[in-house]
Amino acid sequence: MTLDYLPETPSQTAGPYVHIGLIPHQAGFEMFEKPFGNVLAGPDTPGERIRIQGRVLDGLGTPCRDILLETWQANAAGRYNHPADRQDGAQDPGFRGWGRTGTDFATGLYSFETIKPGPVVGRHGHKPMAPHVNIWLVARGINIGLSTRMYFADEAALNEQDPVLRMIDPAIRRETLLARREQRDGTATYVFDIRLQGEGETVFFDV
Amino acid sequence: MTAYEFIQRDRGQHPPALTPDYKTSVLRSPRLALWSLQNSLSEVTGPVFGQDELGPLDNDLILNAAKTGEPIGERTIVHGRVLDENGRPVPGTLVEVWQANAGGRYRHRNDTYLAPIDPNFGGCGRVVTDSEGRYAFRTVKPGAYPFRNHVNSWRPAHIHFSVFGSGFAQRLITQMYFEGDPLIPRDTIINTIPDPAARQRLVAPLDLRAAVPLDSLAYRFDIVLRGTRATVFENKLQG
Ligand SMILES: [Fe+3]
Repeated sequence: MTLDYLPETPSQTAGPYVHIGLIPHQAGFEMFEKPFGNVLAGPDTPGERIRIQGRVLDGLGTPCRDILLETWQANAAGRYNHPADRQDGAQDPGFRGWGRTGTDFATGLYSFETIKPGPVVGRHGHKPMAPHVNIWLVARGINIGLSTRMYFADEAALNEQDPVLRMIDPAIRRETLLARREQRDGTATYVFDIRLQGEGETVFFDV
Repeated sequence: MTAYEFIQRDRGQHPPALTPDYKTSVLRSPRLALWSLQNSLSEVTGPVFGQDELGPLDNDLILNAAKTGEPIGERTIVHGRVLDENGRPVPGTLVEVWQANAGGRYRHRNDTYLAPIDPNFGGCGRVVTDSEGRYAFRTVKPGAYPFRNHVNSWRPAHIHFSVFGSGFAQRLITQMYFEGDPLIPRDTIINTIPDPAARQRLVAPLDLRAAVPLDSLAYRFDIVLRGTRATVFENKLQG
């Protein structure tokens, strides 16, 4: 007897021209009436306005200037805008919680304009998860998308209890998931560099 | 409603991170093991897109960037279904595609291949699957193109696909190839996938029944995303 599961479609690299499909303005042209982008929060979105900014570094420490990143996060009350989040309380239909951008062809920097998420409920019987932003990235040379999480370095008490951070061993590697807070151009900015390989390699998850 | 989580990804279906024959992967592949995470709400949820966010021509690459006429190339329909590993359709999910023009040139500021830009071809489109997980778009068949891996490396004709599913952990990017292309077995990129049967699932068969007589050929490409399992008996998800 065989089980009738279908196998997942294999992944392939997004290649050097991923921008055409997913962020055509960066490829050099406007395509869609409603493009997707890196501004997640509208003027009425509750929560503290923040910017997330950083670089993606390869095994030699060189900034990669052709990475596509997407973020997925809860709103300021820790709720995801998705039917599987059935918690009561503050939903915010105007906040999708998803953003997409590319690292800059010249500087290698990426950035997102968003709000700081609230703590998110953990698995049954586990402590809540500290505020975090889920990140997924693809590019030329990356055969299957990489998943990681960005936590906020200034949430030390919540981070200490976070069931995902606590699991990472050796503990020193948890620091690769912490973004530090800075003021940049008058905006509260969390700086988060992602290291694909080598010293200080970012923790990537098999989710 | 029972809580669910995704079935663990079978990494054997996918290319490993490090594939030295595809040279760019050498410096961009993590060397440490991935940390396995049991799903939380952060993984089983994901962005929701509405049909109303798309324009009427977003899935018609023949017309969505046409200026002085229609793009040059073989008129082609690509269609299929998005299913999950349980065999269930994935309705209402965003499918985005991008590709080179019929000469093998991308409309991208970084593409310097000597084949010409087609002024009437943008090379990207998007569509949301219907209630049965079906999608379709119309385009011209892309050309093969060289890339700097080995000096004589050529990509077979292909279309890039990006798919979401219902949870962020289902996020997938892949490439579709065309049945019968002699460049497929010689391609560095498809050969990053170790399992020949898995590679074959990226090759779309010609689907003459779906062709429009005297108008367009058709190819069929079904996409399978990760399936779910209920978490009734265990340390389950909240909810
Ligand atoms: Fe390509």
